[in-house]
Amino acid sequence: MSDTHRTVDALWRMESPRIIASLTRMVRDVGLAEELAQDAFVAALSQWPRTGVPRNPAAWLMAIAKRRAIDRFRRDEVLERKHDVIVEAAARNGQAHSEEFDSVDDIRDDMLRLMFVACHPVLSADARVALTLRLLGGLTTVQIARAFLVAEPVLAQRIVRAKRTLSEARIAFEVPDQTERAARLASVLEVLYLIFNEGYAATAGDDVMRPALCEDALRLGRVLAQLAPREAEVHGLVALMEIQASRSRARVGPGGEPILLLEQDRGKWDHLLVRRGLAALERAQRLGGGGFYALQAAIAACHARAGNASLTDWTRIAALYDALAQVAPTPVVFLNRAVAVGMAYGPAVGLELVDELTSTPALKAYHLLPSVRGDLLAKLQRFDEARAELERAAALAHNMRDRILLLERIDRLGGDGKRSRPA
Amino acid sequence: MRFMVLVKATAQSEAGILPDSKLLESMGKFNAELANAGVLLAGEGLQPSSKGVRLKFSGERPAIIDGPFAETKELVAGFWIIAAKSMDEAVEWMARSPFQNSEEIEIRRIYEAEDFGPALTPELSEQEERLRAKTAAGEKRGAV
Repeated sequence: MSDTHRTVDALWRMESPRIIASLTRMVRDVGLAEELAQDAFVAALSQWPRTGVPRNPAAWLMAIAKRRAIDRFRRDEVLERKHDVIVEAAARNGQAHSEEFDSVDDIRDDMLRLMFVACHPVLSADARVALTLRLLGGLTTVQIARAFLVAEPVLAQRIVRAKRTLSEARIAFEVPDQTERAARLASVLEVLYLIFNEGYAATAGDDVMRPALCEDALRLGRVLAQLAPREAEVHGLVALMEIQASRSRARVGPGGEPILLLEQDRGKWDHLLVRRGLAALERAQRLGGGGFYALQAAIAACHARAGNASLTDWTRIAALYDALAQVAPTPVVFLNRAVAVGMAYGPAVGLELVDELTSTPALKAYHLLPSVRGDLLAKLQRFDEARAELERAAALAHNMRDRILLLERIDRLGGDGKRSRPA
Repeated sequence: MRFMVLVKATAQSEAGILPDSKLLESMGKFNAELANAGVLLAGEGLQPSSKGVRLKFSGERPAIIDGPFAETKELVAGFWIIAAKSMDEAVEWMARSPFQNSEEIEIRRIYEAEDFGPALTPELSEQEERLRAKTAAGEKRGAV
């Protein structure tokens, strides 16, 4: 690949989101905006080998893209009418409608609008994820397909359909107003966290695009934090992702086996990311901090601050789970709370909470419920019951590695005899 | 990927002369651009080597050598840590830094987790096999 080609590739990732955002404001259609942006980069590929890379490549690309957009208006009456309407409206509102120069505020608003549109709830979660990575992440269809273990044509179709849905639903290219904002922002945060979790779940030997998803999600989260700095939950999500990402070197053993948080070598945690996470959490807390992501980040921060597992402030974590259970009263949250309470106040108290959950339908097939119950019973020296629970958990575990971990725990159980029934 | 960008020292930085207000302003804007793009992870300026100390290790307690140190162009006056998808991207970002006067910066890639971890070797896949056999035995024990 030639030098120019590599530079243009890098610039696509860096600059295309802003260019697409700006063009979308002009042409009111993300598909067309993307096409025009691509045209500008094609022009760069053909001209720069001759003229050299311009001093300000981003400005060059933006200018060409806009010129193409204006040319398109002239050739397309429908678009031209749309465009005239926009110009008139701007004039009526006393705004100088300059398409040549974007102010910093213009760019910021455009990017925010593009994020909200790509994450619009009218799209399925899969479609939102793909569209976000494509339009805001600057990833190619091939890259996204590899990251999600999906065939490329399938992914390509998903994106085509997503754009068509937005077009047919006439989704406005606007930042949602106050009444809608909370829900729409929640959708954006959900998409980013989905992308992050997909990357977090990647295992050794997976395509390298997969763990890179964590970096993509983190980067977009940080961008969003700059675009919407007064939103507590944005900082909360960024904090959560920074802290979780800080553990990536410690999470996996030499054989690729997962290492549980409490057993990780904390010397391997990335303290730059921990510091960034704690700083983001502080911003979230200064702005309120009682939301879904901010609370999870606060819990992650408790672990991050403990130099080793025995220094963990379990009382604080238990209190945070109480708050989280108010905001997100799901069985999984209740179960995690039971674990924290058990660590803070003793296994008997924890077991009481877990026993409240044993008839919850949503947890029926969830291997962590009997697993947690088994651990608590073992701590109470009720080894036969513990063994039975851990065996139930092993049977329910989907994942080979989880099952192996559980069987190892069964082997390590003390107490009289290693068998719960005769051999 | 992460990169450390090293800013090489100059006679001016070694003399402790701070950059003029115009450069400081441009630098501020540049850092804001990096932050807005989610690229900036850390960045600091370093005080001149006259305030610095070197430790030289040879088995005993290290020798302690006070600055200033010679060879200005081998010294570091500041650094950034940035996140980028590739070296090409890191280069594009740093090409926008507002230096004007023959300053030099160096971009180095930071080792990641994958650079350290061994890939699954035959010995480890043999371990997998043994664990798999154990699991099968466990199932035979009549787990509920």
